[in-house]
Amino acid sequence: MENQEKNHKIKKVSIICAKGNLEDVYAALVLANGAVMDGLEARLFFTFFGLDAVVKKRMNKLQTATVGNPALRMPNGARMPKLLGMIPGIQKMVSNMMKKQMDELDVPPVDEFLDMITAGGGEVYACKLAVDMFKVSKDDLSEHVSDILTVGEFYEKASGEDAQIIFT
Amino acid sequence: MAQKTLAGKNVEVTEEGYLQDFNAWNEDIAKELAQEEGIELTDDHFKVLNFLREQYQKEANLTIRKVGKSGITDIKGFYALFPGGPLKKASKIAGIPKPTSCV
Repeated sequence: MENQEKNHKIKKVSIICAKGNLEDVYAALVLANGAVMDGLEARLFFTFFGLDAVVKKRMNKLQTATVGNPALRMPNGARMPKLLGMIPGIQKMVSNMMKKQMDELDVPPVDEFLDMITAGGGEVYACKLAVDMFKVSKDDLSEHVSDILTVGEFYEKASGEDAQIIFT
Repeated sequence: MAQKTLAGKNVEVTEEGYLQDFNAWNEDIAKELAQEEGIELTDDHFKVLNFLREQYQKEANLTIRKVGKSGITDIKGFYALFPGGPLKKASKIAGIPKPTSCV
């Protein structure tokens, strides 16, 4: 049984991030970095609003939604009142608090996280459609992005034995 | 839990092969554990292993990022020294428990 499990270990993961919220981007980054740390091949593919995670000017300024986020709680554990979330500046403040807490757990800012992932051999890609749609040029993208891919090219890179595609 | 003979010494290891007793470790045991992982230990490896042991004694939460900021090696160098799972492999060879961090 043990051997069987070992033989069917995942060897390769391709992770798609289509949202630009702090938590969605970090979910993708943690999964990719965790894969690289465990010796798996990992590829990250940023599309739609997820593209912000690889746009130099925006990548370290991602925020978490304080409106329409029912799981959001205040430091005392009470639910955040809905109207409070709409006050100007609150979203930035809450997002910065989350970033600070993550830093305490050694979770780095986005650019440094991408540094870690690529240092371990992980690859980062941007979606061609999103790049065209948001009128972003290659120069706007982080140097960690190795290419801008079409869907077909993404599937080519994502395929292989014991390969998984994960959507965050 | 299991018994294992490493460098002529009988030691207790977990099912995954991590040493149970921090103090049972020595450089010869490290060399033998490294061989099992296909790694030939050099001085650079030992610098990392000693750093991990020190940090473990300080009860620090070990992460790849911490090793990268240690000044001993950068993250790329860490991956090059212990290919295919640096934190787990280095922890095993350093005689400390399996890392529990997600980063």
